[in-house]
Amino acid sequence: MDTWLNKGFPWSLTLLLTIVCVCVGGARAQAPSTCLDCHAALDPPLQVTQAQFSQDIHAQKGLTCASCHGGDPTKADMDAMSKAVGFRGKIKRSQIPELCGHCHSDGTFMRKYNPSLRTDQFTQYKTSVHGKRLVQGDTKVAVCIDCHGVHDLRPASDPRSKITPLNVAQTCSRCHSDAKYMQGYGIPTDQYANYNRSVHHEAMTVRGDLSAPTCPTCHGNHGAAPPGIDSVKNVCANCHVFQAQMYDKSTHKVAFQSTGLPGCVVCHSNHGVSLPTDAKLGTGPEAVCMRCHKPGDICDQARAKMLQDLTQLDGAVKAADRILGVAESSGMEVSEARTEQDQARDSLTKARVTIHSFKTELVEQDIQAGLKIAAKTQAEGQAALAERDRRRRGLGLSLGIILAVLLGLRLYIRQIESNASKVETAELRH
Amino acid sequence: MFAALRDWIDERFDWADLTAPLRKKTVPAHDLSYWYFLGGITLFLFGIQVCTGILLLLYYRPSATEAFESVQYIMTRVQFGWLVRSIHSWAANLMIFTAFCHMFSVLFLGAYRKPRELTWITGMLLLFLAMGFGFSGYLLPWNTLAFFATKVGTEITGQVPVIGHGLKVFLRGGEDVTGATLTRFFGFHVALLPGLTVLMLLIHIALVQYFGMSVPPSVEARWKASPSEMRQMKFFPNFFLRELMSWYIALGVLGALAAILPWELGAKADPFAPAPAGIRPEWYFMFMFQTLKKIPAKVWFADGDVLGIFVFGVAGIVWLLLPFFEQAGGRRGRRLVLGAGIFALSYIIAMTIYGYMAK
Repeated sequence: MDTWLNKGFPWSLTLLLTIVCVCVGGARAQAPSTCLDCHAALDPPLQVTQAQFSQDIHAQKGLTCASCHGGDPTKADMDAMSKAVGFRGKIKRSQIPELCGHCHSDGTFMRKYNPSLRTDQFTQYKTSVHGKRLVQGDTKVAVCIDCHGVHDLRPASDPRSKITPLNVAQTCSRCHSDAKYMQGYGIPTDQYANYNRSVHHEAMTVRGDLSAPTCPTCHGNHGAAPPGIDSVKNVCANCHVFQAQMYDKSTHKVAFQSTGLPGCVVCHSNHGVSLPTDAKLGTGPEAVCMRCHKPGDICDQARAKMLQDLTQLDGAVKAADRILGVAESSGMEVSEARTEQDQARDSLTKARVTIHSFKTELVEQDIQAGLKIAAKTQAEGQAALAERDRRRRGLGLSLGIILAVLLGLRLYIRQIESNASKVETAELRH
Repeated sequence: MFAALRDWIDERFDWADLTAPLRKKTVPAHDLSYWYFLGGITLFLFGIQVCTGILLLLYYRPSATEAFESVQYIMTRVQFGWLVRSIHSWAANLMIFTAFCHMFSVLFLGAYRKPRELTWITGMLLLFLAMGFGFSGYLLPWNTLAFFATKVGTEITGQVPVIGHGLKVFLRGGEDVTGATLTRFFGFHVALLPGLTVLMLLIHIALVQYFGMSVPPSVEARWKASPSEMRQMKFFPNFFLRELMSWYIALGVLGALAAILPWELGAKADPFAPAPAGIRPEWYFMFMFQTLKKIPAKVWFADGDVLGIFVFGVAGIVWLLLPFFEQAGGRRGRRLVLGAGIFALSYIIAMTIYGYMAK
């Protein structure tokens, strides 16, 4: 009986030999690194496991232990770690940025792996507080591996990376919230706790907005440094463009600059910035104006006027929302009025932005525009409710007519059936 | 005026001869006679659908860019447009509800038995067509809920073995739910389905006229034992007027629902937005939807969804051919059919409630 083997023996044998050769040749070409054979079994910090290193972006791109540490990983035992084969051993903290920068600052080299990756990290690092202090011999400051990790370093796009928007604040806090570690630097250690209460943190974690600000957004990443008093407004203005434009028109800008106050931070604070409410313009516990201004002065009067305007428009929008809500729950179609309400809400938001100009006449313009729309939508809501009542009256009338017809039909049926029964009885009698 | 019109017709066609079949026709009169009205009410609601549908066509625009706005225009700007649209939507649901009730009443009263097998089959096909009307009409306002429900619905169709993908592409007019799907569904809703339904309806009514009303087995047995108890009612005017009363009641219910709970329009569909939570089909598809949701991804070696669709497909065919199964089953046949009916009704009710309660 012919089988596939004896029928095409020469062909099968050739194929089998080819597979064996390729496998053996391949195995020789990919001689495993001997470093992990020992280091996987060592205790931390010398321990590096295969599972750990396989997650590393550098390992995935084909780099080996020798790429950073030197030596010859193909050699067995301690020969691999001989200075004769260029072994550098553990990299000193002070040398880490330069070592990383050796590749990461080389545009030609980096283009082979990730053409869109920036190559100015080391240059920026040298301008950062971390970089400057490292040059001065302070090895406690953050170097590349403190933020990015080492041996299991993941790209920023990997959600498990220490530097993704969701994780980076915690990464910074590992040092900056450690009062003992930060002793001697003269800076507070409550930034992370404050940030966790802030509106920015809420936007990031609750609303899932990964573009919301986190530490590097305001401080920079590789060039991390506190923004100077003069540049606070510029930093905030990267996102809050219109507020910054209004602030530029205000008298506060000149006053804050001349007294050395840090712009936006004066009223909004920095790491713990909370959701701004109209109460900031009031006189209660959240109020900020009266920290500097005196009751009854011209600024206090402007503050009171702006607060009154905002309260009026907010009330008008809410009242229109309420009436539209009632109409909607009654089944009335008010989606057009709902869309117009969005414009009224936009006017309120715009007025709240215009507050930063501290000019009552500008705020008044936005308020009036919003009030006009809110009055229109409120009228539309009332018209919808009137229409609802009209429909219900129409329904009552229609049901009355239907009921009357039903009654009439029932009586008619009874009459014709009674007549038929009489005729039947008369016929039987005859 | 009516007398003059009658005389005019009488001179030409002999009125008495013309109306003779109506006057001769009788309907069995017994304590279960009121179940006979369900078919008539369903027919009445279909008539309402045709009339309101034609009115909606005057303003509706079947395109992804204009559909939602045109329905919004009908509901807010057109005189009594809200009433027409609301009645159309409510009548659609009531029609399917009464069609289901009619189907189960026919089943439990044994009206499907020989010689009425074809009446049952045409009735079942009409019910499937009504569900097709519901599925195609649901998408037409092009709102968020309808858009995603159609996406899920057509996706399920795509799970049918062999022909599934082709069927899905045919229904959608492409790989995804787009304006092409809307145009296609509009075509099904206002041309294809009405044509098929009218044809099937004429056959169904002709069969009902030919065989007359069925007498339930229990009543039949009673009348056989005591023939003096047998009662018949004239179709015209006695039964017809009662039927008219049932139509008026349906009209009152319909008007009340349309005025007190006008059919919502929702938000315009945004194909690029994520699917909102709580996507669900119309209530009459809920038992199938919930079943498919609860079937595990793998049942032994078969894909869960495919298995579910296969089971529903087989159940639909068995249901369609139910009268023949009863005949083949001999004495036990009737009991089996009744048991299947009770099981199906309980299952549909339970899974529908579960579908609405489950998050």
